[in-house]
Amino acid sequence: MLQKIYDWIDERIDITPIWRDIADHEVPEHVNPAHHFSAFVYCFGGLTFFVVVIQILSGMFLTMYYVPDIENAWKSVYYLQTEVAHGQIVRGMHHWGASVVIVMLLLHTLRVFFQGAYKKPRELNWMVGVLIFFVMLGLGFTGYLLPWDNKAYFATQVGLEIAEQVPFIGEYLKTLLAGDAEIVGAQTLTRFFAIHVFFLPAALFGLMAAHFILIRRQGISGPL
Amino acid sequence: MHKGKGMKFVGDSRVSAERKSQIPKDYSEYPGRTEAFWPNFLLKEWLAGSVFLVGFLSLTLAHPSPLEGVADPTNAAYIPLPDWYFLFLYELLKYEFASGPYVIFGILVIPGLAFGALLLAPFLDNGPGRRPHQRPIAVIMMILALASTIWLTYTSAEHVDWETRAEQNKPIPESDVEIDTSHEGYAIYEENCMTCHGGELEGSPAGAPLIGTEHSAEEIATIARDGIGSMPADQFTGSDEELEQLVDFITSVIEQAE
Repeated sequence: MLQKIYDWIDERIDITPIWRDIADHEVPEHVNPAHHFSAFVYCFGGLTFFVVVIQILSGMFLTMYYVPDIENAWKSVYYLQTEVAHGQIVRGMHHWGASVVIVMLLLHTLRVFFQGAYKKPRELNWMVGVLIFFVMLGLGFTGYLLPWDNKAYFATQVGLEIAEQVPFIGEYLKTLLAGDAEIVGAQTLTRFFAIHVFFLPAALFGLMAAHFILIRRQGISGPL
Repeated sequence: MHKGKGMKFVGDSRVSAERKSQIPKDYSEYPGRTEAFWPNFLLKEWLAGSVFLVGFLSLTLAHPSPLEGVADPTNAAYIPLPDWYFLFLYELLKYEFASGPYVIFGILVIPGLAFGALLLAPFLDNGPGRRPHQRPIAVIMMILALASTIWLTYTSAEHVDWETRAEQNKPIPESDVEIDTSHEGYAIYEENCMTCHGGELEGSPAGAPLIGTEHSAEEIATIARDGIGSMPADQFTGSDEELEQLVDFITSVIEQAE
């Protein structure tokens, strides 16, 4: 039955090559912890992706309750935290995931760096990876404001003051992020929400796709 | 790819009518003990993923994500602190060479050089050798950058008293209590307690919320006279009769809020 469904789809849209590209590839001995335990360092990249998936899923569920508006943002988070079934766990996963993803990214970056795995021909993939790191820091910065508690508000205010001190474009940069030259308020919250939920994830997905396509094309770097 | 004459297509589409083999590639001729990712390796990999997930969920359950009181832009006493992975950049701005007139160094030049070098690492470290000892400059630079980041994060976080911070900034649930201003204890509350404990007993940065307290009426009476924690003694200096009215008022509001 399943085979028939598969064949029916495959005849029409030829999915076997796509499936091959995604799933059918080799795992060399030197990256396989089953053969060399020290190869667990090669898990960091995959675990980073795993945490990103956790972040996407938990974030999707959080937006079911979250209201990006200064009157209700904190109340919606408080409600989620105290009243909603498992709300505390879902928010906890998103909160801790944000830290864990930075840790895993750092470990993955260090593994690649100290093994010199970014050398020719993998320069481009390293740069894509560093851009993912920047996007992730941006997600951390914008997500920090969303609960609209004191910690969020004052950290963002400091962040925006730092942006303002950039020569020439500083004030424009602050206005672009905060929605106003002076006030950190309703506009800021909606902008940070949009950046956190639409702009940066879009950039993240594009970069991750490029990262994985390049890995598949080039293969994992050989043993040292 | 198959091309040329004799190609057959499905209908008028561009999908080839010839079906390709669905048998996975044979990796037995590859060097070493190469495995197929699907399904052999994936079956082991999800075990590692599960262990990781269990650890992660334990962390989530053991430490509920923090939430402070609702943002209050007028709270001038609040000391801002970014998330831990931005602490090193925050701490950098406290150095003389990276603040005041030299703030450009702190916010642009130093982080720009560090992250720019990270982005362009393959072109700065472009020799053929991959082993760390074959590229000492790159490795030493990375270790220095890493050490200074850890050091900056540590010095920034070291003097923060996280527990007190969390305690002082606890979220105050919205109260829907109605304050009975005609209660004989209300005037006494207004005069002695309201500045710190708030008009609806909801607390403030200067005083803990009274709603939700676990102290009994007798304890509240003692605290009003003798203080507790950071609350000094003699906040209430009236007669015993007034104290009784005050405690009666406070407990009535607390009961109502429950």
